[in-house]
Amino acid sequence: MNRINQKIQEDKKILSIYFTAGYPALNDTAKIIQDLEKNGVDLIEIGLPFSDPLADGPTIQRSSTEALKNGMTTEILFDQLKDIRQSVSIPLIIMGYFNPMLQYGVETFCKKCKEIGIDGLIIPDLPVDVYHEEYQAIFEKYGLINVFLITPQTSEERIRFIDSVSKGFIYMVSSASVTGAKSGFGQEQQDYFERIASLSLANQQIVGFGISNSETFQAATKSAKGAIIGSAFIKHLTEHGVDSIANFIKKIR
Amino acid sequence: MTYQADEKGYYGEFGGAFIPEMLYPNTEELRQNYIRIMNEPSFKKEFDQLLKDYVGRPTPLYFANRLSEKYNTKIYLKREDLCHTGAHKVNNTIGQILMAKKLGKTRIIAETGAGQHGVATATVCALMGIQCVVYMGEIDIARQSPNVARMKMLGAEVRPALSGSRTLKDATNEAIRDWINNPVDTHYIIGSVVGPHPYPDMVARFQSVISAEIKTQLQEKEGRENPDYVVACVGGGSNAAGAYYHYLDQPEVGIIAVEAAGKGIDSGESAATSALGKVGIIHGSKTLLMQTPDGQITEPYSISAGLDYPGVGPMHAHLFKSGRGEFISITDDDAMQAGLLLSKLEGIIPAIESSHAFAILEYRKFKPEDVVVINLSGRGDKDLNTYIDYFNL
Ligand SMILES: Cc1ncc(COP(=O)(O)O)c(C=O)c1O
Repeated sequence: MNRINQKIQEDKKILSIYFTAGYPALNDTAKIIQDLEKNGVDLIEIGLPFSDPLADGPTIQRSSTEALKNGMTTEILFDQLKDIRQSVSIPLIIMGYFNPMLQYGVETFCKKCKEIGIDGLIIPDLPVDVYHEEYQAIFEKYGLINVFLITPQTSEERIRFIDSVSKGFIYMVSSASVTGAKSGFGQEQQDYFERIASLSLANQQIVGFGISNSETFQAATKSAKGAIIGSAFIKHLTEHGVDSIANFIKKIR
Repeated sequence: MTYQADEKGYYGEFGGAFIPEMLYPNTEELRQNYIRIMNEPSFKKEFDQLLKDYVGRPTPLYFANRLSEKYNTKIYLKREDLCHTGAHKVNNTIGQILMAKKLGKTRIIAETGAGQHGVATATVCALMGIQCVVYMGEIDIARQSPNVARMKMLGAEVRPALSGSRTLKDATNEAIRDWINNPVDTHYIIGSVVGPHPYPDMVARFQSVISAEIKTQLQEKEGRENPDYVVACVGGGSNAAGAYYHYLDQPEVGIIAVEAAGKGIDSGESAATSALGKVGIIHGSKTLLMQTPDGQITEPYSISAGLDYPGVGPMHAHLFKSGRGEFISITDDDAMQAGLLLSKLEGIIPAIESSHAFAILEYRKFKPEDVVVINLSGRGDKDLNTYIDYFNL
């Protein structure tokens, strides 16, 4: 069974962390992944940096620009990850924009992910319709779970379609926005989380965007299976460096 | 075979909508409504009226006597430079502001490079009394200050794009992010035939007034609707799309697209996307774009800010790939000389973007009896400083 599916079955709330590969330094990737697992993180999203990250706010934009300046490429990332399964057993997802994958070759990319032990992908600018028609067969051939986003604006009909194509979990974007830490969740978000929970979807939901601390993590996971922290973790790396990962995770739960 | 977009916004293999889910409701609302709204009699009436009374259409189709003599062929200029605000861009912004009103939107965002599209957007927002935010790369704000001032006079807020290379592509990213953050009340007026479906098709339809007029005007002057060639410069491709539109499916009309070679195709400082680009995704569209082997989008270069875009609209990628269009790239130097020549021979100072289209006359020979229509997309006022510096005027 795919590690993502195993993890989702565990009777606990999932803490997922996003970081941009190649940031702060080019070769921090393996250390960050290992430290996150050691400190009890359940799932990791490894960001493949892109020059034009449309769905991201300033923090992830900046880390992506830095990572590219540091020399990160698709090939280097795969190389950094080639032995990762010798030390890490939690599910690993690569999150990146579609163009670098297209240039690498979608099938070659998927094949490489399988060899390394990557469990899934999140590609914000590959719409579910295009995936379903053109790429699903390739992803599944290599045992990869593709994760789709929903937002407060997504219609129920479309949510049900996304649910039918999803094989792991649904990435529930907390509000209409790009990535980045916000000041907390209001009633509007709670209503939205509960509305989605009440749809009894086949896939559980993990909330992302705007989770930054213990309080927002608790609020998001009241009705959802888990939550994803990205920008707040990157800010922490910027301010405190890669040796203080434990400090950040301890404060979340 | 047609060269128009299909229902999903594909021109051959190019186009579509490669957008994050957060943008789906926005583009879907537009996709479901744009053709219906454009066909409503009340919409058509208001659009045509504004093009006539406000923009000053139809723009003349002018027989360029001395230029024709020099190059020994029959050259007509489509005078988009005479449009209000000085370029074809306003045809699109008039259409889109009316579209936004029909959709009940109360806030407009736009991206701009040189500032032409920003000015055209700020203008129609002033006209309609709608709030307007224009994103512009921090570097472009510094080098295009008169247009920044124009936008401010027109009541628009100009927000600097501080990310990436801080130019047009980043301003476009910022506008898209703004739209993600404001999905309900805001309409994004994109400035060329780029972006996710339905933008390329919608913008091409608004600009198609250019070739609709050429047909009638050429009929009057030459007794036939079709020229032998239509020539236009291509940045994102909107003036070209408008000039080609009604001729796309008429193979007897030659289509010539002129891109900016910058300092030369092989110089590393160029914007000739058809020559240097590869298939990929930029701003939600599958098209040709300039990128590293690793798929990172690279920064183009041209002396003309309006041609300085790393991609090209999907219609043009298809015209290139299918061979329907003839693509020529022109260096900074050749474009500047062509701008000077047009000024001296015809008394018309063109925008440097448009100068690129004229520069092909030195290289591409036409027969004496050929009728060649060149789309003069804009006037040179905004480029005076560049001309002054270049020629030491
Ligand atoms: C006068 C003029 N021509 C051409 C262009 C290029 O745009 P497009 O290729 O969309 O016509 C611009 C863009 O700013 C412009 O101002």
